[in-house]
Amino acid sequence: MNRTVQKYNTIMTGNEAVAVGVKLSRVRFISAYPITPQTTIVEKLAQMVADRELNSRYVEVESEHSAMASVMASELTGIRSYTATSSHGLLYMHEMLHWVAGQRLPVVMSVVNRAIGPPWNIWSDQSDTMSQKDTGWMQVYCESNQEALDTIIMGYKIAENSDILLPLMSMEDAFVLSHTTEPVNIPEQKVVDDFLPELDLSFRIDTDRPMGYGSYSPPDGPFMELKKDMHDSMEKSRKVIRKVTEEFAEATGRDYSGLVEEYLMDDAEYALIASGSLASTGKYVVQKMREKGLKVGLLRIRFFRPFPGEEIRKAVKGLKGVGVIDRSLAFGEKGNTYLEVAGSLYGKRDTPLYGFVAGLGGRDVKIEDFEEMMSIMKNREPGSYWINVRGGE
Amino acid sequence: MIEIRFHGRGGQGAVTASKILALAAFEEGKYVISFPFFGTERRGAPVTAFTRIDDGPIFIKTQIYNPDIVVILDPYVLKTGDVTSGVRDDGMFIINTGKDPEEFNLNRKTMTVDATSIAVSLGLGSRANPIVNTAMLGAFAKATGLVSLETVVNATKESSPRKPSENAMAVEQAFQSVRMG
Repeated sequence: MNRTVQKYNTIMTGNEAVAVGVKLSRVRFISAYPITPQTTIVEKLAQMVADRELNSRYVEVESEHSAMASVMASELTGIRSYTATSSHGLLYMHEMLHWVAGQRLPVVMSVVNRAIGPPWNIWSDQSDTMSQKDTGWMQVYCESNQEALDTIIMGYKIAENSDILLPLMSMEDAFVLSHTTEPVNIPEQKVVDDFLPELDLSFRIDTDRPMGYGSYSPPDGPFMELKKDMHDSMEKSRKVIRKVTEEFAEATGRDYSGLVEEYLMDDAEYALIASGSLASTGKYVVQKMREKGLKVGLLRIRFFRPFPGEEIRKAVKGLKGVGVIDRSLAFGEKGNTYLEVAGSLYGKRDTPLYGFVAGLGGRDVKIEDFEEMMSIMKNREPGSYWINVRGGE
Repeated sequence: MIEIRFHGRGGQGAVTASKILALAAFEEGKYVISFPFFGTERRGAPVTAFTRIDDGPIFIKTQIYNPDIVVILDPYVLKTGDVTSGVRDDGMFIINTGKDPEEFNLNRKTMTVDATSIAVSLGLGSRANPIVNTAMLGAFAKATGLVSLETVVNATKESSPRKPSENAMAVEQAFQSVRMG
């Protein structure tokens, strides 16, 4: 048997892999409302609970807002809790996202990235999670089913770290990961148990130790200090993320190398920055271009919050051009990632910067689209460009 | 890397076929990826599914535009241009039909198999809506030699919650009866 494939022990969809990650993390409370293309995650989890494969309480609620509210309540009692959603479901949770983060609850949630209407569209697009980037949640964008599984396990360990205590959302692209079958290695339960200790929430609700939660603060109360403390924890999380990915590599042999992944960047002259499944296809394109002798590389953004500014500044040093691909739109400005990268580089690097908005509403980003991005970087002025849109730029 | 595109109509099992093929190739030590084109799936509506097979990890996650092999579960979908588009010069069509390969002029190697008759005789689906996917995989194994009959039979049984032995027989019968053009 081929050695590269031997390390996988099954094939499954991204959504199945996520459900397995939740089970291996010994999640004790799940609350969800179904929405395409997330539904098969919670369907699988409900089945696991019904079959007593997973010792967890599963609660079906009447809306995503309630799903996040009930997850907040259960996590406050010190129980590891989980939910999953997509698109409009995530937007409906928006208020509760701030509450869970502000209460410092280390919830992990899966989001299957899907476009926001109108017009109705169920396909891959990061606009849903990009519009939640400043809710105090950490954000991870996965490129494979394996990473989707592993990120649930690593996610709890990062979120529950006593220096962090912030929630984390882990993303899969609609259909391209969620409903795509590919090889996955399911780690043994013992490996996960040794890696991920039980949750011990120091401020959990305890009737022997009454406390107030989510109380009131006037302007001179602790409000501003509490927000700064969240910010400081987000800053500190960079170190914890690097440490946890190292520990995970030791436990499983799979190294996610912290907040970003560099692919063929060593002697690159031009590079693409991308996240999710577009980064995966981008690697294929970069590999093919390398075979033709072109010095190109790719930087894959795994964590969007905290944003890997330091890693990006290091990676782009000396490049002739860097192109940021966005599958979401900041109206009037084009890409969200482009804006963040520009902010990270401003005043520190003068690398020519390009932004590419591509694949909105699940439009397939083809090989020739990547080739066009490379061609724009070589031949045109830095700035933002539309890729494969009818009616031109 | 081998790229395979399945065309059928909702209810014939094209998406499941793409998964069973991926499972069989995976069992033979290959890296695989399989996915459907998601749309508004309805019984009878055109369905497309994809499988990629390679020796090592597959990074490309686009749809398949230049397939090596096109598997057509329903001869009527041939009337839409999408089915034949982009097929490689040395590519191959495997068509569910009672006709001989010579009756098609697709300028590519063409194999035919009467998967509908096989499925109906084994009671897979109904006479009006036979489930032809497993028979098509038997024809695929013979026509391409990419996966062995045995692994396809095993993957089929593993993936058939209902009528596993009838589905396995459909694979075997189609393997024997495919007409090589």
